[in-house]
Amino acid sequence: MTFRRLGGPTRAPEVSFEFEGRTVVAREGDSVATALLASGILQSRTAAVSGSARAPFCLIGACFECLMEIDGQANRQACLAPVREGMTVARQTAVVEPEAER
Amino acid sequence: MTEQRDLVIIGAGPAGLSCGIAAQAWGLEPLILDEQPEPGGQIYRAVSRVTRDRPADLGFLGADYAAGRALVDSAHGIERRQGATVWQIGPANKQGWRDVVWSEGGRATTVSTKAVVIATGALERPVPMPGWTLPGVTTVGALQSALKQSGVVPEGRVVLAGSGPLLLLLAVQYAAAGVQPVAIVDTAPAGLGFRALARLPWAAVGDPWTVLWGLKLLRSRATSSVPVWRHASNLAAEGDGRLERMTFTDGNGLAHSIEADVLAVHEGVVPNPQLTRLVDAEHRWNAAQRCFEPVLGTWGETTARGVFVAGDGGGVLGSRAAVAGGRVAAAGAACHLGRIVEAERDGWTATQLDKLTGERWLRRFLDAVYPPPDGAGALADDVIVCRCEEVTAGELRGSASQVQGPNQLKAYTRCGMGACQGRMCGLTVTEMIAAERGLSPDEVGYYRVRAPIKPVTVDELASLDTSADATA
Repeated sequence: MTFRRLGGPTRAPEVSFEFEGRTVVAREGDSVATALLASGILQSRTAAVSGSARAPFCLIGACFECLMEIDGQANRQACLAPVREGMTVARQTAVVEPEAER
Repeated sequence: MTEQRDLVIIGAGPAGLSCGIAAQAWGLEPLILDEQPEPGGQIYRAVSRVTRDRPADLGFLGADYAAGRALVDSAHGIERRQGATVWQIGPANKQGWRDVVWSEGGRATTVSTKAVVIATGALERPVPMPGWTLPGVTTVGALQSALKQSGVVPEGRVVLAGSGPLLLLLAVQYAAAGVQPVAIVDTAPAGLGFRALARLPWAAVGDPWTVLWGLKLLRSRATSSVPVWRHASNLAAEGDGRLERMTFTDGNGLAHSIEADVLAVHEGVVPNPQLTRLVDAEHRWNAAQRCFEPVLGTWGETTARGVFVAGDGGGVLGSRAAVAGGRVAAAGAACHLGRIVEAERDGWTATQLDKLTGERWLRRFLDAVYPPPDGAGALADDVIVCRCEEVTAGELRGSASQVQGPNQLKAYTRCGMGACQGRMCGLTVTEMIAAERGLSPDEVGYYRVRAPIKPVTVDELASLDTSADATA
């Protein structure tokens, strides 16, 4: 594990979602990015050119390193996406150019 | 028919919220659009939810963070859309109306307005170094973001590296939360004492509260058990597929290697340029802070008609200045719209303008204490500058002397063409071309920023009311 939840008292309800076939239990208010980090999942995508592993870098929506596939939609910034019950999340590994460049 | 609004404010941090509150008090009906799921900006990220769900966490996040809730609460009655990503601000028509387009929940929406306040704040300065794309390397701001958002902290060996008040603040917050870094690697150079000290009295007059707060942070015993390396340089991250260790040279020229699971870097913050560039506002290089800033008038007005900037996006001065700047921009916008006369605007903003002057004195002190590193000159050829397209410093140097500017370099090398649209490489590219061609950064300029400034899906484009004639 590279990250952990501090584990202090919280009133935030649990939220479960699916990451590549496994169930991740998060807390309401988490972003997909922080929920995955807290569950021991560091890598978010592979770089489109070299295929090297990448992980969230800025967590404020600027670096685009946390691009993931969320509910079947590619190029979602995981740090901006709130967790929702039953959502499906996968690492972005295919070479997918964002729509902005087409 | 596109909906018309008095004033569109982009960003719900201290600048955007205070702007909205002031604008509403003066009879305007502002709309605040913010990309994050919750209001507060970066500094007050999630403050309302943390107060409600994890009140114990306020103990280590600190009283200054907790105080942000009052600002968020007082903006309660203002129409505000969270999770709303603005990706286009169109050109002004003859009457001064502009279209503002955003995506929210998979749909795109357009409103038309004669006044826009850009309050999108700052980004941490991207500083390329060997290995900075490895998983396990983040920014200091990213760690603080995870702490506020979810109470999530690094496990194992964490190293904080760089310089600036944010790094110090995170170290103190971590100590209070029971997280102990294995090292702090401070990159502030030696020999700044006199210049900084000469500016300290002015800073203390300008913003005594923040100067006291800073001294308190510096005197904090919380980090006394963490080894601190001063005047460090040549930072690098190493590992096979993820971070395993970080290396640096200390102030005496000795090389060090520290095993690490997480390395967080920080070299100050710079204005987020995307929207001010998108509206084609004039920008000028700030040599002390090594970044571009939009050229602003007294009330935050840019050179683009009806477009104002409040907060760090107009030049980094911090959250107290952002609150004052938001009120000033609201008055400027109200006057621009003809809702108040100049005398009213001037009377209402005099105190706030004084506050901004004080914050500028504080900033001059901070510039002397935490000078930004050389953005391009010392980069080894194999260091990645463009994280998205993986373009190295060597590739850029090879082409930099043959290009007119950043846009041509982008066409030659794909640098800045990826998903982040130059947010991570833009300043480095400007400095690199300036160094190679012997020009000033102002002569080199910056990437042309075009809509959409965030990736947009075909579905979102299709959801637009096409009669609005709004999109790029």
